[in-house]
Amino acid sequence: MSLLKLDNVTIRFGGLVAVDSVNLTVEKGEILSLIGPNGAGKSTMFNLITGIYTPTEGTISFNGKQISGNKTHTIAAAGIGRTFQNIRLFAEQSVLDNVLIGAHTRGTWDLTGSLMKLAPWVRKEEGELTEWAIECLKQVDLAHRAYEMAVNLPYGEQRRLEIARALALKPDLILLDEPAAGMNPQEKQVLLEMVKKIRATGVTVFLVEHDMKFVMGLSDRIAVLDYGVKIAEGKPEDIRTNPQVIEAYLGKGAVH
Amino acid sequence: MGALQSIVAMVDPYVLQILVNIGIAIVLALGLNVITGITGQLSLGHAAFMSIGAFTSALITIKLGLPFGLNLLLSGIIAAAIGAAIGYPILRLTGDYLAICTLGFAEIVKVVFLNLDITNRALGLTVPPPKSPIPMPFYVWGVAILSIVFVCFMKESRFGRALKAIRDDEIAAEAMGINITRYKIQSFAIGSFLAGVGGGLYAHFLNYINPSDFGFLKSVDILSMMVLGGLGSIAGTVFGASVLAAAPEFLRFMAQYRMLVYGGLLVFMMVFRPNGLLGGVNFTDLVLRAIGRKPATAEINERHNKG
Repeated sequence: MSLLKLDNVTIRFGGLVAVDSVNLTVEKGEILSLIGPNGAGKSTMFNLITGIYTPTEGTISFNGKQISGNKTHTIAAAGIGRTFQNIRLFAEQSVLDNVLIGAHTRGTWDLTGSLMKLAPWVRKEEGELTEWAIECLKQVDLAHRAYEMAVNLPYGEQRRLEIARALALKPDLILLDEPAAGMNPQEKQVLLEMVKKIRATGVTVFLVEHDMKFVMGLSDRIAVLDYGVKIAEGKPEDIRTNPQVIEAYLGKGAVH
Repeated sequence: MGALQSIVAMVDPYVLQILVNIGIAIVLALGLNVITGITGQLSLGHAAFMSIGAFTSALITIKLGLPFGLNLLLSGIIAAAIGAAIGYPILRLTGDYLAICTLGFAEIVKVVFLNLDITNRALGLTVPPPKSPIPMPFYVWGVAILSIVFVCFMKESRFGRALKAIRDDEIAAEAMGINITRYKIQSFAIGSFLAGVGGGLYAHFLNYINPSDFGFLKSVDILSMMVLGGLGSIAGTVFGASVLAAAPEFLRFMAQYRMLVYGGLLVFMMVFRPNGLLGGVNFTDLVLRAIGRKPATAEINERHNKG
């Protein structure tokens, strides 16, 4: 059974069809990339999956259960972590607190926990959450930055912190929205290795990215979106030579 | 208890009055700090919840004569329940819209109290002394210290982290699995609870309450205390509440000009220290440094860099 299944998903904003009857499955354990020109509807797809938008038509199911129509926070709690294209860290909080917030669904003590903050059972959970958060930070090589303000990190590290924060949710599926944007080649290489390691821990990765070298080097499969329509899907080497894809990126006449 | 009474008798009544004012202001400002400073939801109607607490508490003393501690708890709970009920529809709004809604709600509460028979309409209520063996100043400071401890605990717990996440970025908070509606309402209820308790203390300390005492100016008063000290900072709120609750007394010699100084001070603050006097200061670290120990942050950094 596939982990995530988009069945005939369409969303319209007034007259604009941003995503048009897309069928797509994400298999357990794979790295799937979604590419396409600017405005193709890639980020809209992520917003549909995470419940920020509800599809006008079609359904999305995760682990065999329908999630389209659910609230964003219940979808996250079901095991879908995500990062954002324009970094959305909790800027004025420490790196560790950012990841601890990501681990929110791993904890149980709520307001009553605040009243009993010094009780051993609450402290035990806090300790476990902190250990887990540090563990997630180690995965993106940021543990040494744990007590710095998130806003003070350099850009590339902020992107990695977003990944750590999403991992803290212990997701089955992680959605990475342009994780390599704005990184230099060395940083991209480091990130590529990190994403591979994350997949090796059993997390399925679904990412949107513009950098072709990055996508080709990382993905098991690639899906291509153009004007909200899925125009191709397949292995990196097939996508590279697919005439429709080349046309979408470079225009007619580029195929030779 | 006799010992406590004699301590109270030893202190100059004027000083005592200022101290009690400060204690009540701390409870009120901390409540607003939970809503506005920690959760980031601007409320301009904090005095409304204070008045709900004040009238509830006064009526409980008059009609039921319950012990003061239970009385305060009930007043807080009723203020919290009303806070949650009003929060449910209006907390979907953000920023200016929410602020205007809270402002409107505060006016409604004031008008309701001005027209109810049970609250003696515009004449206000005379409140009998509280049923408690502990003298008022101790009660007030006991409650203030409990509030400080509670808000400190809350801010650094899983619950508080969720609130701060909502303040910083609602969309990201939701993507982390945080039910933002629920947490906003809970935060609003906690803030209203503290306002209600503060109102109960206020009513029994002044022995007389009038709906007009809890108008917009009172809300702004409480807001200024928090802004002066630093949004979201607990030490800052305590400091701001202390300064502004005592300020009218120290500026008494300036007679009617003292509001000028007060206003000027806030403008000055906004220009030169928009985060408040103590905003962004980590007190745990400062104390640890002062007693010659390394801050916890440095310690843990070292531990993890070795491993």
